[in-house]
Amino acid sequence: MESKLIVLLVIILGVIAIAQLVRVYELVSKLRDKKEHEITYRDNQLNAKLMLAFMFIQSGGLIYLMLKYGWTGRGIAASVEGIETDWLLNLNFVIVLFIFFITNALLFFFSYKYVKKPGVKAFYYPHNNKLEIIWTVVPAVVLAVIIVLGLNLWGDLTAESPKNARVIELYAKQFDWTARYAGENNKLGKFDYKLTLGTNELGLVTKETIDSALVDMIEGPTGINSIKDRLNNEKLVFNDSVISAMNVTLSRKERLARLLTQMKKHHNAKNDIDVWDDIIQKDTLYLCVDEPLEIKLRSRDIIHSAYFPHFRAQINCVPGIQTRMKFTPNITTKEMRKKMNNNKFNFILMCNKICGGAHYKMKMMVVVLNKKEFSKWWKNKQKDTFKNKYFGSSGA
Amino acid sequence: MASISEEIKNHGKHDDHHDDHHHEEHFVSKYIFSQDHKMIGKQFLITAVFMGVIAMLLSILFRLQLAWPGESFETLSFFLGEKWAPEGVLSEDMYLGLVTIHGTIMVFFLLTGGLSGTFSNLLIPLQLGARDMASGFLNMLSYWFFFLSSVLMVVSMFVHTGPAMAGWTIYPPLSALPQAISGSGLGMTLWLFSMAIFIAGSLLGSLNYIVTVFNLRTVGMKMTRMPLTIWAFFVTAILGVLSFPVLLSAALLLIMDRMAGTSFYLSDIIVQGEMLTNHGGSVLLFEHLFWFLGHPEVYIVLLPALGLSSEIIATNSRKPIFGYRAMIASILAIGFLSFIVWGHHMFVTGMNPFLGSVFVFTTLLIAIPSAIKVFNYLTTLWRGSIIFTPAMLFAIALVSTFITGGVTGIILADSALDIAIHDTYFVVAHFHIVMGMSAVFGMFAGVYHWFPKMYGKMLNTRLGYVHFWLTLIGAYGVFFPMHFVGIAGAPRRYYNYSVYEEFDTNSLDMMMDLNVIITGFAIMAALAQLIFLFNFFYSIYRGPKAPQNPWNSTTLEWTTPVEHIHGNWPGDLPTVHRWPYDYSKPGSDVDFIPQNVPLAEGEEEH
Ligand code: HEM
Ligand SMILES: [Cu+2]
Ligand SMILES: [Cu+2]
Repeated sequence: MESKLIVLLVIILGVIAIAQLVRVYELVSKLRDKKEHEITYRDNQLNAKLMLAFMFIQSGGLIYLMLKYGWTGRGIAASVEGIETDWLLNLNFVIVLFIFFITNALLFFFSYKYVKKPGVKAFYYPHNNKLEIIWTVVPAVVLAVIIVLGLNLWGDLTAESPKNARVIELYAKQFDWTARYAGENNKLGKFDYKLTLGTNELGLVTKETIDSALVDMIEGPTGINSIKDRLNNEKLVFNDSVISAMNVTLSRKERLARLLTQMKKHHNAKNDIDVWDDIIQKDTLYLCVDEPLEIKLRSRDIIHSAYFPHFRAQINCVPGIQTRMKFTPNITTKEMRKKMNNNKFNFILMCNKICGGAHYKMKMMVVVLNKKEFSKWWKNKQKDTFKNKYFGSSGA
Repeated sequence: MASISEEIKNHGKHDDHHDDHHHEEHFVSKYIFSQDHKMIGKQFLITAVFMGVIAMLLSILFRLQLAWPGESFETLSFFLGEKWAPEGVLSEDMYLGLVTIHGTIMVFFLLTGGLSGTFSNLLIPLQLGARDMASGFLNMLSYWFFFLSSVLMVVSMFVHTGPAMAGWTIYPPLSALPQAISGSGLGMTLWLFSMAIFIAGSLLGSLNYIVTVFNLRTVGMKMTRMPLTIWAFFVTAILGVLSFPVLLSAALLLIMDRMAGTSFYLSDIIVQGEMLTNHGGSVLLFEHLFWFLGHPEVYIVLLPALGLSSEIIATNSRKPIFGYRAMIASILAIGFLSFIVWGHHMFVTGMNPFLGSVFVFTTLLIAIPSAIKVFNYLTTLWRGSIIFTPAMLFAIALVSTFITGGVTGIILADSALDIAIHDTYFVVAHFHIVMGMSAVFGMFAGVYHWFPKMYGKMLNTRLGYVHFWLTLIGAYGVFFPMHFVGIAGAPRRYYNYSVYEEFDTNSLDMMMDLNVIITGFAIMAALAQLIFLFNFFYSIYRGPKAPQNPWNSTTLEWTTPVEHIHGNWPGDLPTVHRWPYDYSKPGSDVDFIPQNVPLAEGEEEH
């Protein structure tokens, strides 16, 4: 409390002090017959020199930052696509920095050079078509180059994956990531959000999961029957708002139950195998070096964004639709640690779309293994297929 | 419309006879429910300054957290209380709340309402030679809508579930589901209503500006003799009229999703264990609608600033603006193109990649008219006779930030590269420089230049210099380093960067170094604004009296008397004989010829 008072006092005294200074300044101006709108020779010169100084401060500051913090921040690109991206990024940076230095320098230099001098009149120069055409055409040509190169790369980055690409799904929710590797046949099984349950977190579609979702919806602890029971139980007394909330929930669940019943009717169990052999993986995403990846993404709740800074890859995860990206990691974690000169370095998957309070903690570690290590890991994982997990028969 | 303009003209004539000093107006109708464009302009300015101070304070609060995460600050608990800053440490949710309200206020309230509201109102009638806006009443309404929306936005910060927290872009489902974040409850509702009212006010204002420009130009004021300020305000108003209604629809659909159970944006969602039945809605629909306003919005913020600086740079270089017609063409081209580039905000949303390519193309096109403008500014300075008024300094700084922020836009517009830096601090640096700083500098330039017209007093020049240099250095000190934080990969809207501890401590060290530097400069820049505030309010009351035409300018506003009168000119309206940039014209012995001076014998128009 006291410190606040002191701060307040200092502020008030400060304002009074400035006001007094300004008064003095005004009196002096009056004595010298200086008018506020007439900028004196001295003031003009001072600002001109400061403009020149700022030219150096600005470009010097940028150069200092580039030398000190330059491109090192996130390290070299660790994917085939990332290398191409970095190449084009650097090229564009060179172009852009060139424009930046020239035009800013001209701006501040002109400001310095052409400050008002006694006896020198400004040069009346309203337009010059030739000049204007030049500086329309030159940027247009430069931009054309940038566009062509950019779209070329964009085409590559968004093209179809090669046939042999490994298919992985990334599933986002507040505030973590779950990966699902396509099993033996490299095909991801189908999903439907209505099937999401504790035992089936990703809402995968099989005959069994539909059944249990339906059972849970009707008979589960918060299912339709239990709500109805409570509503009809004369011993329990609720106030009106609770009752209406319960009714809303009830009708929502009844609607979902109807949809599930339909799903059950139309379900074709032939494709269930695609689901059963999928492998669900949390916390750490293991990838194989030089293996092209086709990544499918979706979200349980709100928009998230899967951002792999080192692979230069990013795409949003959007509830209701599936998005995709592709890349091919080409440096293993071990190699990267050497290159980054940091034996604790890791690849990472971060969430890069605001998604709630703990957005900043939503991440998944990524480890790129060499071929041998990866196949070992993969073989070991085969006991953890969705089927084994679901029926609780994994030998673990 | 004709009848209204007739009425104003007649009204003006009628006034001429009996009052140089206007008959005593009641306090309420003069200062509060005023229909006089000059007073309304000042109302916009004061309200916007107030909102701007709040938004700046918010940015300092969350910058403290970014530079010294987890440390306890009395400032934080002082402003936010125990609930949102327990023991002086900002809470995660409130961090997002502060960022959201900061962005919203800065973009909409300071730089849309404030900038174009203030100067369109002040200058359109004065520079066109009109007695007032086409409709003084609608104009007054437009201010009061703005005021009401400002109040609602401020109130939304004090509700117990906190203000909106979904970012100024309020993407659903986060903004639609209170279960997802506490700010999406009452705070978001207030945000949406505030913005709906804001949009209504902005539409009234814009329609008024457009009609006024079409109908109330004085004799001789052809469209091609209008100052570039007016061209900028005019195109801005058109952009507003065409794009704000789209934001309103986006907001209305969101309100329906929140309150009426519709599924415009929602599909297949489970939030906090609750399975929703919404199906078939599209988040991308919202993003398209939002950015259909969102991008033109950038130019709604920027064009008025560019218009003001064109005027100020010409006046204080004592030279005509170079390439007047090219400048107009650029403004029109930018205005048009700004409607077909919105998709560059959506390269990584899952939008069809082919559509992405189209937006790359259109976006990079917009760089051409922008480049033309920059070159024309440079040539205007070339061989000028520059007078460094504080306004001139800010106008030059605007050109600098417009370049600096513009060039990084070229990189972000390239979809392939955007993948790597989208939503990182690189973007934050880019848009703050190109839109935030440029528009703020333009606004300051405008205030310093037209303060004598607004208040009949002069601002203190020396304080203006100190304010300028501290602000310029502060701006670059804050936003240059931010690029490097972004290139290092740091995502925006992160409460802290502790996740880096788990994968790259070197990168974290560098980022924390920079974050401390940034916050230091931010605090310095914020303190510098106190100098401005002091100068502003002190000078309103005690500043020296302004002469009629302090900067030796050519435009019509400086032919009106220093004391404001209703109807602007005591006698007949001035007649215009020339373009507004006859500075240092050969064959004339003064270095400026006002627009209302007839061509001398044998003199040619430019
Ligand atoms: C004192 C000067 C300022 C400082 C230090 C500052 C700093 C920041 C920072 C650190 C963020 C958070 C970025 C993130 O986490 O995504 C931010 C967001 C933002 N700022 Fe500023 N800012 C300042 C002035 C301005 C101005 C003048 C504008 C006007 C355009 C502005 C507009 C925004 C917007 C639109 C956002 C995005 C909000 C969001 O993510 O929803 N800021 N600012
Ligand atoms: Cu997330
Ligand atoms: Cu845009």
